[in-house]
Amino acid sequence: MTKTILTVDDSRTMRDMLHLALTEAGFRVVQAVDGLDGLEALDAAQADVIITDINMPRLDGFGFIEGVRKNDRHRATPILVLTTESDTTKKQRARDAGATGWIVKPFNPEKLIDAIRRVAA
Amino acid sequence: MDPLAAIKVTFFQECEEQLAELEGGLLAMEGGDHDPEIVNAVFRAVHSIKGGAGAFSLEALVRFSHVFETALDLIRSGDIQADQETLKLLLRSADVLADHVRAARDGGVVDEGRSSAMAEALEALASGMGGGGEADTGDGFDDFVFNPVSIDMSDAPAPADDSVAALLASITGGDAGEAEAPAADGAPGQTWHVRFYPQVGLYQKANEAGLLLRELGRLGDVAVRLDASGLPLLQNMNPEDAYLGWSADLTGPGIEEAAIREVFEWVEGDCYLDIVREGAPPPVAQASGVDAVGEVDVMALIRAAQAAEVPAAAAPAAPVRASAESKAPVEPAKAKEAALDAKAQAAAREASPQTIRVDLERVDRLIDLVGELVINQAMLTQRVAECGLQRASSVAMGLDDLEQLTREIQDSVMAIRAQPVKSVFQRFPRLVREIAAMTGKEVRLIMDGEGTEVDKTVIERLSDPLTHMIRNAIDHGLETPDEREAAGKPREGVVRLAALHRSGRIVIEISDDGRGINRPRVKQIAVDKGLISPEANLSDDEIDNLIFMAGFSTAATVSDISGRGVGMDVVRRSIQSLGGRINISSRPGQGSTFTLSLPLTLAVLDGMVVTVAGQTLVAPLTAIIESLQPKACDVRNLGPNAQVIAIRDTHVPLIDIGRSLGYRTVTPPPTEGVALLVEGEGGSRAALMVDAIQGQRQVVIKSLEANYRPVPGIAAATILGDGRVALILDIDAVMVPKPHEGGGPVAAPANGGLDTVGAPTSLAKVG
Amino acid sequence: MEDIVQRKTGDRIELISFRIGDQEFCVDIMAVREIRGWTPATSLPQAPSFVKGVINLRGAVLPIVDLAARMGMAVTEPSERHVIIVTRICDQQVGLLVDAVCDIITVETGTIQQTPDLACDVVKTFVKGLLAMEGRMISLISLDNVLPTLDLEPTGAETASILAA
Repeated sequence: MTKTILTVDDSRTMRDMLHLALTEAGFRVVQAVDGLDGLEALDAAQADVIITDINMPRLDGFGFIEGVRKNDRHRATPILVLTTESDTTKKQRARDAGATGWIVKPFNPEKLIDAIRRVAA
Repeated sequence: MDPLAAIKVTFFQECEEQLAELEGGLLAMEGGDHDPEIVNAVFRAVHSIKGGAGAFSLEALVRFSHVFETALDLIRSGDIQADQETLKLLLRSADVLADHVRAARDGGVVDEGRSSAMAEALEALASGMGGGGEADTGDGFDDFVFNPVSIDMSDAPAPADDSVAALLASITGGDAGEAEAPAADGAPGQTWHVRFYPQVGLYQKANEAGLLLRELGRLGDVAVRLDASGLPLLQNMNPEDAYLGWSADLTGPGIEEAAIREVFEWVEGDCYLDIVREGAPPPVAQASGVDAVGEVDVMALIRAAQAAEVPAAAAPAAPVRASAESKAPVEPAKAKEAALDAKAQAAAREASPQTIRVDLERVDRLIDLVGELVINQAMLTQRVAECGLQRASSVAMGLDDLEQLTREIQDSVMAIRAQPVKSVFQRFPRLVREIAAMTGKEVRLIMDGEGTEVDKTVIERLSDPLTHMIRNAIDHGLETPDEREAAGKPREGVVRLAALHRSGRIVIEISDDGRGINRPRVKQIAVDKGLISPEANLSDDEIDNLIFMAGFSTAATVSDISGRGVGMDVVRRSIQSLGGRINISSRPGQGSTFTLSLPLTLAVLDGMVVTVAGQTLVAPLTAIIESLQPKACDVRNLGPNAQVIAIRDTHVPLIDIGRSLGYRTVTPPPTEGVALLVEGEGGSRAALMVDAIQGQRQVVIKSLEANYRPVPGIAAATILGDGRVALILDIDAVMVPKPHEGGGPVAAPANGGLDTVGAPTSLAKVG
Repeated sequence: MEDIVQRKTGDRIELISFRIGDQEFCVDIMAVREIRGWTPATSLPQAPSFVKGVINLRGAVLPIVDLAARMGMAVTEPSERHVIIVTRICDQQVGLLVDAVCDIITVETGTIQQTPDLACDVVKTFVKGLLAMEGRMISLISLDNVLPTLDLEPTGAETASILAA
């Protein structure tokens, strides 16, 4: 069954790149433009995996992840954060908020799919 | 287009938007706005550019944006205060960032010296404030950092059961510190022993032990055993807790410890992880051995599970999972609360207009089709009128409705291509900064009406003339700070750029509070260059407008600032080619204001339809000042070949367009026709003779050059209501006839005194 | 269109033939967009005598070339009986004024003969070859030079203009 991935990023470029890599790998993609948009799209998307950026307007990645985890249907939905930041504080903070793992930007499609494979069968 | 190439185009478009956000935010901060959201937006703009640049391996852009981002991060966290000096640095850095973006996009080069200097300044800013971010490797990329995990048993929370503790103790006892050895060499057939005991946090973050173990299996051959000894009795079990652990034996050539750790990198803080390279002695446990209660070959389970398309870790984790899910119905209220929360937030957000992206070609085609519609509707109306139908008949009234509808459609369609002038204006703050720096002047730019909308075709051609005028305003108009102080003005000069709609046109004003036009000097230069006669008596306004004349320049040595002395005449011609007009008004010592008036769109023209020698022509309404019926007493001969007509207190050349365009060789008496007083470049005026005026009409402009070639005296063509092509006059071309080259028939005058019409150039220039 | 004559024997091309005066000509049908009757053209100032003016072709401005005049024959006085062949030359559409359209013919390129040397230069500029068919001689026209290039001097009587370029 085709898996659905919810991508949350305020950068159009990043959304396009994720879309390209994920659809070529056979996933169905739902897009959101920031944390608030992502929370709204959450239930309708029925995502199997969520990929989110950290720095976004209105509601950032951390707030979004916390919001996802408060949603009972998504307590166990894998969430991967995208980060270019090398300091471990942000990664730990993402984990503290409930993120399952992270993907470092710039990513290549293989790394992206690998990461997804680590969280979804 | 290759999808990645398309995304790259999107990236550069997005960069432009981010650069605009960046500059706007920094300007707002400079203006005193302390909203933290603005600082965040500024940071995100640079962060976003860096992210995309990394994806496309745009090295120089990544490097610069990283340094910039680091500084901005410290500002948004409050570690650095953004005072005026700092903001000026940031604004200049934004300019350099823009240069990098454009160089990356267009393949150009960036001023290396300036870029390095800016980067150093940013680094100094960042490091001067107590060190940048932690663990910053300085190149912005996440190198794999080897973090050995040391398992300190004394810190571990009490396990649910003693057997786990015993097991763990046995691990520690047998290791002799090998767990912390650095990455081992990949000896062939090396075996690693991995012990993995997830904590509760691991599951809460949706990590799955089974998937992690599967990942391990990709490194080599692995045998995994479940240790369920930590499971308490069912009645003592907390479904959310973690009781299970696994030990895995991983065998294969070239496996490094770092690779094994990487499998678990996400969950390091949420599990016990122990990785031991096997020494000489045979491995501690064999896959087939069953030493403790509850050991199962988990790997086989996983493979079986995969084959059956069941989530891999379902079997061992099932007891924990199932209970977690059964917990869900117990708390529906909480879920609803969360959902309501999100909705409330959504309602609170401001509605932003929905947009879609459309191919420009499609819009252009739509505008063409609507133009056809307008023509067809006009033709239909005309034919119906010719049939003699009553005005009040249902057909005629239906046609009126159709005309109304067509105009509304046309307005709506034109609005699609309308863009706010902001897209042209937004490059000016930077331009002003640079020119101010180059000329040593202090300048503040005020912009009004950036949201005023103009057709895309007009906007694109506004940029050059506006740039030129702003350069002029700063270079020539504004005094140096010392001069201004001496004159009792503030040291900082003001340049104001405003756009507004006025009576169906767009008006743009560029004003400065500088020294104003130096009228005696301008007049003298015009005399020196032979543009006016020394005795010419000109009003103040007329003197001011002399600067638009060809060949005029106020700089004795050409100033690089104002573009190699290219003068206002070029600007005026550009504006007029857009169907616009430009004026200047000035007050000595106080400043000057340029006013541009432009049509809202280039695709249509307000025209006056006239007949000349049996031909139907259209004259652009914007060029026509008035029309009049010449009286014989007002028409005078001037020299052998020319005629002028007296209009109030001036004389203007009288030109027979029928002759200029070669439609006839004999000029009929002016009293039998109509004269159109027109104004062209340089403010010069002429009276164009036509046979009759048919009316005023908005016409759709059709290119003559698309299928043919440029025709002298003709700007373009249009299609009138009767379906026939009518030519649109190029006013500037027809009103400035060159002196007769000799040759060509000059007809004997049919009635007194009326001869060929040609005027010497100097006459045409009289105001 | 020199290549038409040089294509290997065995290639077939489709041509549309038309009449001007008592002579018959043809052009590659691929260049022809449509055929219309004559409508009065708006004359262009300073135009050469072989440019009759422009007409409205569904919203586009189409120049009309009097092919007879272009080839040095007498200027045509157009009437409703005349025909306009709308052709596409490079990126431009041009209408050719002719007396009547005759036929669509398919020929093998090998049967096209070279234009004889006795033809004057003007003719050689336009006529790329000759076809013999059913006792008729049909001249194959190349359209590339039909419209004047920008530096050609306009011919015709209307040079009386005081308006230099």
